[in-house]
Amino acid sequence: MRVLGFVVLSLLLANMAVASTAVVEFSDESLRIRYQQLVQELRCPKCQNQNLADSNSPISEDLRAQVQRLLEEGMSDREIKDYLKNRYSEFILYRPEVNQNTWLLWAAPVLFLLVGLWVLFRLYFNRASTDTPLEQMDELSAVDQQRLDQLLRNKDKQ
Amino acid sequence: MNRVALFIPLALFAALSIVLLLGLDKDPQELPSALVGEPFPEFFLPRLEGDQEIVSREDFRGQVLLVNVWATWCFACRIEHPMLNSLAEQGVVIVGLNYKDQRAEAKLWLYERGNPYQFNIFDAEGSLGIDLGVYGAPETYLVDGDGIIRYRRVGVVDDRIWNAELKALYEELTGALE
Repeated sequence: MRVLGFVVLSLLLANMAVASTAVVEFSDESLRIRYQQLVQELRCPKCQNQNLADSNSPISEDLRAQVQRLLEEGMSDREIKDYLKNRYSEFILYRPEVNQNTWLLWAAPVLFLLVGLWVLFRLYFNRASTDTPLEQMDELSAVDQQRLDQLLRNKDKQ
Repeated sequence: MNRVALFIPLALFAALSIVLLLGLDKDPQELPSALVGEPFPEFFLPRLEGDQEIVSREDFRGQVLLVNVWATWCFACRIEHPMLNSLAEQGVVIVGLNYKDQRAEAKLWLYERGNPYQFNIFDAEGSLGIDLGVYGAPETYLVDGDGIIRYRRVGVVDDRIWNAELKALYEELTGALE
């Protein structure tokens, strides 16, 4: 019970921490949802491994303010991403677009799955083909029969 | 056949190692530039000297020039400044973009360290900075006579960078103007 209380308390505190960093005013609440989504998906150009939402660097603050401004101006998410991409290059998109450079990245999971399936099937059917059913074991191929005959003949001679 | 197949994992591992090894030499701080080959963005901003006079890209007047992004809070700019002074002495046209800075401090900086700039754009809010995709000072852009950005350097321009990457392009572009 005590543990549960601790968990609930820490969750409440975590919530407060998030709320205190994101004080952004919007004319329309629907913009806030899009804003949160965008700053999660856009990358801080200076700090490399953080998104705009997490980063406290001055450039991230500026870009968050810019995203907010562009949202208020009525730009679509697509247009805002293009706006930043045209200035900061594709690097700024944490969700890269599918193009000549990135198609392999996007296709990789499917490719790995297909290769995996192929290997599995190969293993399965190879085993099936080497494990000859018992009833067929009596039948020797012509060559084997010949070798057997030879061996038996040699044995008789001895 | 089967024996060859046994070497496939080793070959894959070797290929991966080579790719990763080549990656080690790359500087992760260096972003691909979105603006090389594009026109210098339009701007209307005051000069550093005062709000009365507004400058724009029309003030580049068809010259080949360097646009240098700097600020007094930028530590590396201190290291770069003597290089800019010596380039200006050699006749290279440099326009300063004073980025998110305090006017008084910036003026004092130029007074103390010398002023290599033809003029300074005062971008207090960093709006031109965003249009240029600036993410850290110093940055230097080479703009040709048609106002197209031909080269971008994020970080200090020193002797090595100038000689290896900038000088030849600068001379080629100025030569094309004459």
